Amino acid sequence: MSNGHDNVDTGVDLAPGDEHVEGGVGLRILGYLTGLGLAILLTATSFFVAGTDLVWQPSIPVALVVLAIAQMGVHLVFFLHITTGPDNTNNVLALAFGVLIVLLVMCGSLWIMANLNHNMMPMDQLMQMQR
Amino acid sequence: MSTIALTDAHYPGAVAAREWSGPASKRIVTGYGFWIFILSDMVMFSAFFATYAVLLGQTAGGPSGHDLFDLRNVAIETLLLLASSFTCGLASIAADNRSAIWFQLAMAVTCAFGLGFLAIEGKEFASLVARGAGPSRSAFLSAFFTLVGCHGLHVSGGILWLLTMMAQVVAKGFRPDILRRILCFALFWHALDIIWIAVFTVVYLLGSAA
Repeated sequence: MSNGHDNVDTGVDLAPGDEHVEGGVGLRILGYLTGLGLAILLTATSFFVAGTDLVWQPSIPVALVVLAIAQMGVHLVFFLHITTGPDNTNNVLALAFGVLIVLLVMCGSLWIMANLNHNMMPMDQLMQMQR
Repeated sequence: MSTIALTDAHYPGAVAAREWSGPASKRIVTGYGFWIFILSDMVMFSAFFATYAVLLGQTAGGPSGHDLFDLRNVAIETLLLLASSFTCGLASIAADNRSAIWFQLAMAVTCAFGLGFLAIEGKEFASLVARGAGPSRSAFLSAFFTLVGCHGLHVSGGILWLLTMMAQVVAKGFRPDILRRILCFALFWHALDIIWIAVFTVVYLLGSAA
């Protein structure tokens, strides 16, 4: 084990944030550098797409959301070391539950509020009814 | 470590569960607990994001995101946070290798990047308020200041924690409990970066397009 935690029971589980590598300091720094490079690339693409006229305009919000999710994945893998390995099952399951709640809160709110907004009577009619 | 071998007679059908190696180490338990906290923090942020997205158009005749946001500043803020995440990773490597000098150096650089981020954000908030676009101007601006301000508060708290960890490594060295705190701090700092990705995408890039 090269990450200095010899008492860690790597056969079973890994703490979130700990990484399981064979190779030493150079390889670990290379991992963080890879993450940094990918993150900067995705960020630059996001800012470029947001201000460009080169693509079909209605596709821009979708592209931005996709780029953001991709960058979150890069951060999770290269910085937080959440992987698909068998030593990470618990961490991934907790993350999956968190993502479920986040999606329910965000999509649910937007859906319900858009529906309410659509069904609401125009303000002047509402005022007349109160008279 | 005690290992209990489960034979098919003990536990029929469970061929895979032949070995059980006892409770997880303290590092795993602490890290996992903190991971749950971070996920709950993200759930809280998701409520603020939903609020912002719902109130994006409710400008009450005031300025919209397109009039207010300076995307060049946001790009610089993003670069600062990305760089600080990288140096925070270097600090984790230094701590794992028990190198106090490299740990302190990497943490100091992380702190400088974080402070730079906060300085730019503070200047942005001050200029918005000075232009009459404070949090009381419209529902849109209330949601904006709550969401971005909440992230800024987390970064401020993270910097206080960072300085505490630098002092604790000086005072107590790389004891196992200090190393667990460094693990949790690194998780917290990287998670703030993930939330910032959502902030610059939803608040600034999508918000200035709308």
